[in-house]
Amino acid sequence: MANALVLEDLTKTYANGFVALKGISLEVKEGDFFALLGPNGAGKSTTLGIVSSLVNKTSGQVKIFGFDLETQTADAKKMLGVVPQEFNFNAFEKVIDIVVTQAGYYGIPKQKATERAEFYLRKLGLWEKKNQSARMLSGGMKRRLMIARALVHEPKLLILDEPTAGVDIELRRSMWEFLREINAQGTSIILTTHYLEEAESLCRNIAIIDKGKIIENTSMRSLLLKLNTETFILDLKDELPDLVAINGYGLRQIDARSIEIDVDKNTGLNRVFQQLADQGVQVMSMRNKSNRLEELFVSLVEKNLEMKELA
Amino acid sequence: MRGQLLFTAFWTIVTKEIRRFTRIWVQTLLPPAITMTLYFIIFGNLIGSRIGDMGGFAYMEYIAPGLIMMSVITNSYGNVVSSFFGTKFQRNIEELLVAPIPNWVILAGYVAGGAARGLAVGVIVTLLSLFFTSLSIHHFFITLSTVILTAIVFSLGGFINAVYANTFDDISIVPTFILTPLTYLGGVFYSISLLPGFWQTLSQFNPILYMVNSFRYGLLGVSDINIGFAFMMIIGFIIVLAAFAMHLLNTGKGIRS
Repeated sequence: MANALVLEDLTKTYANGFVALKGISLEVKEGDFFALLGPNGAGKSTTLGIVSSLVNKTSGQVKIFGFDLETQTADAKKMLGVVPQEFNFNAFEKVIDIVVTQAGYYGIPKQKATERAEFYLRKLGLWEKKNQSARMLSGGMKRRLMIARALVHEPKLLILDEPTAGVDIELRRSMWEFLREINAQGTSIILTTHYLEEAESLCRNIAIIDKGKIIENTSMRSLLLKLNTETFILDLKDELPDLVAINGYGLRQIDARSIEIDVDKNTGLNRVFQQLADQGVQVMSMRNKSNRLEELFVSLVEKNLEMKELA
Repeated sequence: MRGQLLFTAFWTIVTKEIRRFTRIWVQTLLPPAITMTLYFIIFGNLIGSRIGDMGGFAYMEYIAPGLIMMSVITNSYGNVVSSFFGTKFQRNIEELLVAPIPNWVILAGYVAGGAARGLAVGVIVTLLSLFFTSLSIHHFFITLSTVILTAIVFSLGGFINAVYANTFDDISIVPTFILTPLTYLGGVFYSISLLPGFWQTLSQFNPILYMVNSFRYGLLGVSDINIGFAFMMIIGFIIVLAAFAMHLLNTGKGIRS
């Protein structure tokens, strides 16, 4: 399978001397749904900025579907659609004009551009707003407008930088469905997000970047397998007079009717319920305390910080 | 095929620019119409009637080409500087940077958009001038080519200003402190033959003098300077400014970090 994106030894030093990227190499396969994660200031935006031609690289190479961004610029750019983190359209333009104009920048004639704009605006629930000034749209609509604009030239690789930031849960779920749909139709997607639940739910492969270096690059499944312990919250039917004990498990009381419990991946949950039942404790419901990927992410970034301090 | 794609991209920028200045016509097309009407009334009618002839023409007739050119200059410059700076400020410059558009097409699109506003205002002011004086075209080709080339020069100037600008103050400094004085001293209201020798020589360094006089020659057939030399100067300005603007775009000055 071809590579949608290849980064080779990419470096970036800003004019003020700040080294944002220290030699990043990365491959994203065609058709992949790829997460690029990292804490604030790690180098995610710089990396995506270089790929999107918004930031000048210091050295290294970027290839989009085999086209070198430096020497085959037009061919490489045609393959790429970008949904940035911040709203960057002319807020005084009409919704339809923003999308049709973007198509025009890719050389798509007006009539075809208008047809495509209608298709994507309908798909993203914005067709009714086509003649409204973009500044009148809600935050969620503005995000969807940027997605429609990025898709109007039908790119093979779509980069989404925090696409659901500030979007309500219902809309976020519908955007996930839409992204899954276009990924299933063959569009490769690179996603950055601070909602790690989002990355875990959508992405098949993942890279974690910290302090300008890739510190993890693997499949989501392999990464999640590294997590040895999960924490669950149990809601109880009755109040606990005293904290019960369960052999082999860490247990903490949150309030009178709920406890949290650390469960080793190799141990399973049967013994927990068995022991609680033996002590007369009735469990009404159970949920994950936190997102699994979030725990891994924090541990990897902290580990990287410790190694830096040791060095 | 590639040429057709590039033309579509170019035309998209041009139509976007025309859409912008026509959408806000109260800010872009109406003010020069009002200002120039006042110039015609005050300088042409009230004061001009006491000045008498200049260069063999009634004062109103003499200043009309200069006032038309003045509006073309300020509006071509103003359109590109405010539009391109606004594009940077709102970050929708990114729409252009991610797209497969060569830098020269971006520059050509903005310059054509600026020239379109300059020429639109030029037509409006010309029509208004007909209420105050009669205009006949002495050399059609010289009139048209001067006004188009001048609009291009100042659109390029506005583009360069916008690239360097970081704040809204930065886009008003050049028009206020450089462009307006040069326009007033560029022979719009008088013939430089009225000036003492030193000031006549100094005026030769003002690029606007060449544009105003070429245009006046096209309409009235009189000029303070050699028309061939004036065209060489105007074309020279276009080449230098376009090369500098391309250098700024290619290095990403003010638009890429």
